[in-house]
Amino acid sequence: MLNFSKINIIFIYLIFLFISIFSLLNLQTNQHIILDKKINLGLDLQGGSYLLLEINSDSLVEEKIQSKVIPLKKLLKDNNLNYSDFKISSKNLIFKINDIEKFELLFYSKKDNVVNPYIDNYRAFELDYKKTEDNYIEINFSKFGLLTINNSALKQSIEIVRRRIDDVGTKEPTILQRGEKRILVELPGLKDPERIKKLLGKTAQLNFRLVSENSEFGVDELISEIGEKLKVSKRIVMSGENLIDAQPSIQNQQNEPTVSFTLDRLGSQKFGRATTDNVGRRLAIVLDGKIISAPNINEPITSGNGMISGNFTFQEATDLALLLRSGALPTPLEVVEERTVGPDLGEDSIKSGVISLIVGFVLVILFMLYKYKLFGIVANIALIANLIMLVGVLTILEATLTLPGIAGIILTVGMAVDANVLIFERIKEELKTEKSIIHAFDSGYSKAKITVLDANITTLIAAIILFAFGSGPVKGFAITLGIGILTTLFSAYFLARHLTSLIVLRKNNKEIKI
Amino acid sequence: MMKNINFVSQFKKANIISIVLFTLSILLVFFKGLNYGIDFKGGTLIELRTEKSIKASSIRDTLSSMNLGDVNVKKFGKDGDYLIKVEQKESNNNKLIPEIKKKLTDNLNAEIDFRRVENVGPKVSAELLESSIIAISLALAAMLFYIWIRFEWQFSVGSIIALFHDVVITLGIFSLLSLEINLSIIAAVLTIVGYSMNDTVVIYDRIRENLFKYTKISISDIANLSINETLARTIITSVTTLLALVSIYTLGGEILRGFSFAMILGVIIGTYSSIFVASPILKFFKVSYKTLEKEEEKIVP
Repeated sequence: MLNFSKINIIFIYLIFLFISIFSLLNLQTNQHIILDKKINLGLDLQGGSYLLLEINSDSLVEEKIQSKVIPLKKLLKDNNLNYSDFKISSKNLIFKINDIEKFELLFYSKKDNVVNPYIDNYRAFELDYKKTEDNYIEINFSKFGLLTINNSALKQSIEIVRRRIDDVGTKEPTILQRGEKRILVELPGLKDPERIKKLLGKTAQLNFRLVSENSEFGVDELISEIGEKLKVSKRIVMSGENLIDAQPSIQNQQNEPTVSFTLDRLGSQKFGRATTDNVGRRLAIVLDGKIISAPNINEPITSGNGMISGNFTFQEATDLALLLRSGALPTPLEVVEERTVGPDLGEDSIKSGVISLIVGFVLVILFMLYKYKLFGIVANIALIANLIMLVGVLTILEATLTLPGIAGIILTVGMAVDANVLIFERIKEELKTEKSIIHAFDSGYSKAKITVLDANITTLIAAIILFAFGSGPVKGFAITLGIGILTTLFSAYFLARHLTSLIVLRKNNKEIKI
Repeated sequence: MMKNINFVSQFKKANIISIVLFTLSILLVFFKGLNYGIDFKGGTLIELRTEKSIKASSIRDTLSSMNLGDVNVKKFGKDGDYLIKVEQKESNNNKLIPEIKKKLTDNLNAEIDFRRVENVGPKVSAELLESSIIAISLALAAMLFYIWIRFEWQFSVGSIIALFHDVVITLGIFSLLSLEINLSIIAAVLTIVGYSMNDTVVIYDRIRENLFKYTKISISDIANLSINETLARTIITSVTTLLALVSIYTLGGEILRGFSFAMILGVIIGTYSSIFVASPILKFFKVSYKTLEKEEEKIVP
């Protein structure tokens, strides 16, 4: 095990050099000179916010199931199926029918099925039906129907969340889908996530509705921001979908912050017609079921430009404009997990992490020197090389370094010497029985090999499982621990072994103490 | 370092200690319970810093006036640093954190900086607990499988009992001291599993080697010989690992303290169990070189 061919030696040091060069990239200041690779700092080290948002599709399901009522009734009538006792609830439709077989045929027809479309992706129908007590039928969404609703709501939400966050202008946000119902948002460097949480907490569904005591569409009694109770028609004159732009502005006369908006062509027409027909009446501007304001219509507005006032501060007007520009979320979002670290705490963590790394490192180095003298130097060179390579590999992978990740590096320092200790102790034993020193070293290395491998693979298994199941900071720990094991094996079995062979072969069978 | 210590004579004593500790730990975990942090229980955690010196009790009084349910305030590191934990009553109060901040600033009349805020909803915390339990079980199963492939089932059973012993006693000590169990403690427990296994494998490897070398000697003596032969390594590696861990524990800051404490416990218990739990089990199974010869295709050094 002590004979290295020239090619082997060149190979070992080339690999080492190649990986170490990458670790130097982290020393680059902002501008990337050669390669733009760096270890990223996790949110716990650089400060920032992690938010996990969950969509709540209950209202969408309700809306969707209600939209099935008219086509379903039409289908039944067209096919001369008599039904009675038709009930609509938030999740299902229930009715009584006599000819269930005929109904089933129609319900599960794959051709031009308006009521219950066949979803090709999942090879399943959108709806399912269940026979309850005597000839009652209950229709609800199938598993895949719900999945489709969630999926499209989630995709749409991600898009709108991205627009809102980009509009606020935080640096390098990460917005990702997590599972079927969740969105992960990472906002590095953000000190106070309250504004973003507020912006994401609003669905921002904007409606314009006439204030009226009674209407053929029915009325809702809503409370305005100033506490006024108003009855507004259920009919929506125009909604936020028709907005193409919204900007905060200052009303000159009163110096009052307002939001001015621009409508698309369809919106302008609708708005123009409604304001022309209803001069003198009040038009309520409703956001998420709350009246922002309900101004009088003084004159027809046909230009497609309008303005919302409502006792805003300038910040509120800015945020409202942003919400209207980004569009409405299909469902409300709930923050189900939040982790925010202030930047000064992050700095403190880096400081204490680095200090404990240096102290741990020095202690281990001194201990190895004390224990193994000359070969302690070999082990320590391997340890330093190991650390440089660990940083190098993390850079190549552009891994994220977290506080537990730093702990993983320190732990690697403590455990990395194990490989060399195993080998050195084995050599000591061999030296007792073996006359030739070179042979003793040789068989020490080869006999310890399997033990070293076995011992490190077990830790590697733990690291892999941690990586698969851990979240955020813990993942960072798993990465450093796992890569640390690989670099440890390399430095012990190639670098340290080569250095040892240089010493042993030079001394040429003269007394060596280990 | 080649002293010959008679470990085997201590096996019985050690086993009684282990069984007592193990049982006590299980009783503690069951009856006293574990002190779950917000990761697993849900709730809000706030780390705050004030320049003015404020009493923990006045923070507590302010918060209890807000009717937030169970509130826990404690000093955290430096003067003026506090850690607040609030049990979540309703899952969906997006304004909770600014409300707390305003109330504290007003009532205590001081500049208050929220350095860290964590908020875990009940759904997420339940999932985190579930996936942590799966992760630990999976790690144990993977180790069991690996050792079974590399050695024999007796070794596999021995090492898994030792691992179980380590994990349970570590959790027992956490329960006894009411230390918080959070995600980083789970990471520590998994690392302990890896580390303890590492120690056990080194001794097992030597036992296997010696079983072939000295076919006439009893397993007790083989175990004793193997433990002695690897003792220097066991001690040196434990020392270097502990050096690194103690440096994290003392200098790594508040956030890593629980993690490094769990690891320190684990390294000590894990080293002990490789010698006093994993090895006696081989004796119990009456392992001999014949056990190993049954499967010849196995790699033998």
